Amino acid sequence: MNRTIKKYSPIFVLPTLLAFIIGFIVPFILGIYLSFCKFTTVTDAKFTGISNYQKVFSDDSFIHALWFTALFTVAAVVTINVIAFTIAYLLTKGFKGTNLFRTVFFMPNLIGGIVLGYIWQLIFNGILLYFAKTLTFSATYGFFGLLILMNWQQVGYMMIIYIAGIQNISPSVMEAAKIDGASRSQILRKVIIPMVMPSVTISVFLTLTNSFKLFDQNLALTAGEPSKMTEMLALNIFNTFYGRTGFEGVGQAKAVIFFVLVAVIALLQLYYTRKREVQA
Amino acid sequence: MKNIKRILSLVLALCLVLVLFAGCGENTSGDKETAKGKVYFLNFKPEQSQQWEDIASRYSESTGVDVTVVTAASDTYESTLKSEIAKTEAPTLFQVNGPVGLASWKDYCYDLSNTSLYKNLASDDFVLKGDNGEALAIAYVIETYGLIYNKSLLNDYINTEGALITSANEINNFETLKAVAEDIQSKKDTLGIKGAFTSAGMDSSSDWRFKTHLANLPVYYEYKDENITSTDKIKGTYLENYKNIWDLYINNSTTEPSLLSSKTGSDASSEFALKEAVFYQNGTWAYDDIKGYEVSDDDLGMLPIYIGADGEEKQGLCTGSENYWCVNKNAKQADIDATLAFLDWLITSDEGKKALSEELKFVTPFTTFTEEFTVDNPLVKAANDYIKQDKIPVAWTFTTMPSEEWKNGVGSALLEYAQGTGDWSGVQTAFVDGWEREYKAVNSK
Repeated sequence: MNRTIKKYSPIFVLPTLLAFIIGFIVPFILGIYLSFCKFTTVTDAKFTGISNYQKVFSDDSFIHALWFTALFTVAAVVTINVIAFTIAYLLTKGFKGTNLFRTVFFMPNLIGGIVLGYIWQLIFNGILLYFAKTLTFSATYGFFGLLILMNWQQVGYMMIIYIAGIQNISPSVMEAAKIDGASRSQILRKVIIPMVMPSVTISVFLTLTNSFKLFDQNLALTAGEPSKMTEMLALNIFNTFYGRTGFEGVGQAKAVIFFVLVAVIALLQLYYTRKREVQA
Repeated sequence: MKNIKRILSLVLALCLVLVLFAGCGENTSGDKETAKGKVYFLNFKPEQSQQWEDIASRYSESTGVDVTVVTAASDTYESTLKSEIAKTEAPTLFQVNGPVGLASWKDYCYDLSNTSLYKNLASDDFVLKGDNGEALAIAYVIETYGLIYNKSLLNDYINTEGALITSANEINNFETLKAVAEDIQSKKDTLGIKGAFTSAGMDSSSDWRFKTHLANLPVYYEYKDENITSTDKIKGTYLENYKNIWDLYINNSTTEPSLLSSKTGSDASSEFALKEAVFYQNGTWAYDDIKGYEVSDDDLGMLPIYIGADGEEKQGLCTGSENYWCVNKNAKQADIDATLAFLDWLITSDEGKKALSEELKFVTPFTTFTEEFTVDNPLVKAANDYIKQDKIPVAWTFTTMPSEEWKNGVGSALLEYAQGTGDWSGVQTAFVDGWEREYKAVNSK
């Protein structure tokens, strides 16, 4: 049986492999190739070497977007995970109406980023109107606006992951800790948190990559205003590619750099949080 | 036997692949249509997508030629065109917005010199030519902008005590415009309005009125002084005037300057349509948005935008085009012929001319549009009156602005100046240094 499966495995893999090649590998390689070209449409590319990459690093808006994104990612990863874990911890205590709360907290995740962005824009502008300001008045407002929006959207999802993690802790471990006389905070710090490290790995990974690649919410909420001060990397790439004639190749080069950055950061993060996971 | 099994399984697997990809394939239409050629028009104006589709289906019915009209969503024309034109079924008819737009698409443009489109043009001013004099893009609609004003509100003002003018004609320079606007603003409660000007919104649906259309005036006067039609370096001689008119707009409007960043184009048009403001900087195309509310057609007038340049008493409205038709050179010859026939039908047949002038309300640069095909739009009439009075129309020099990026830079600086987070030197930098930098960036190979 096993031998037959082994023998025929290429046949079974073939359809999906072809789809994967056409839908992923080819565009990916084409994308890297295009980053070395000057082109208007993807079919008329002319090879120009590394000049696109040189232009990327002389573009102040890209550097600014990089720092803005980095700052946002740090803030978002910390706040989302802390809040999500807190809520998950509270909702596994067996209060009445736990299920209702879980549903309610999860719901924002079901709404698309563009819609959320416009809704929150209305809310923020409505509040700021009392101070005769708007969300795009300064980058600080935009930053915190994005942070609140992302927390509102992502906390519910991460909460579900943490709840699953907490519920997975075997009752015997908890019981043993109690019998040994551990206080509540000791149980939290010494038992629960180490035991949910796999969930932390997943949640941090998801929030990290989501924040780094944030696009819809950024576009809908501030669109980079004022003066590109709230423009994040993905939006900056989009604006370069589509907004500037003759800069398609530069946008493509930015996208390649962006890919490398996201991959490196995500792998590093996975490596470090994996190391902290424990077996019970 | 083994081989047969192997081949059979391979065939089965490939069948599965075929089924998977069958959904991706496009329906190949019958040969009959290909022989006749097809027209695919990528339309720029979302507000007129329905009209274009109606016209296309009527044309298809009477001639049997397939005409597809696809409309790019607002603000996405360039990106839609970029992805559409890379396809096998690419648009045969598309448009560029002027010399700067043509620069990126000139390799795709068919030479229109031998077409009826070119032969029926009133003047060569409406053609964008290639390096060897070929007619690559032809304007199909002429538009005019200025300060649209509400005649009855202005009359109300004239009837107030101590009014500075006795008739709208007296506003023929910046000094008067400023004095009148400021006086109206101070009397806004008596007049029952919210401000002299509509909100100068800097949302992307409205900021082009200032970063592009208003910025046209300082560029126009500088070109005129220097006797040039485009430049790689702008001096910014008239930036002070630009500042004056911008100050006038933001300080005498319905809205506090700090709220401008989120004000949209429809905010401004509704303020005007609901009689909340007297002046509204926009063009003939705005008629659709303001008709049918509280301002009657007879009350619509248009004033030139005065910025305080020498001899501006003779200045007219800003007239030009940023809609140029191009035919895709890389399309099949049959499709190119079909497209040219469609264009010919639009500008020479009575039915086509009616469609352009009555349904789309286009003022066109073609000589075939005689008296009976004039457009029913009071703003167009106002524009024509200025030409009859021998006022000198202001050319649309903004089509020579180096790039969208430049406009965005100026727009952001204008906004920061308006809301007090930046000062005027920011606009100066974006305008002068930005021009040089962008010109280099776009034109370097």
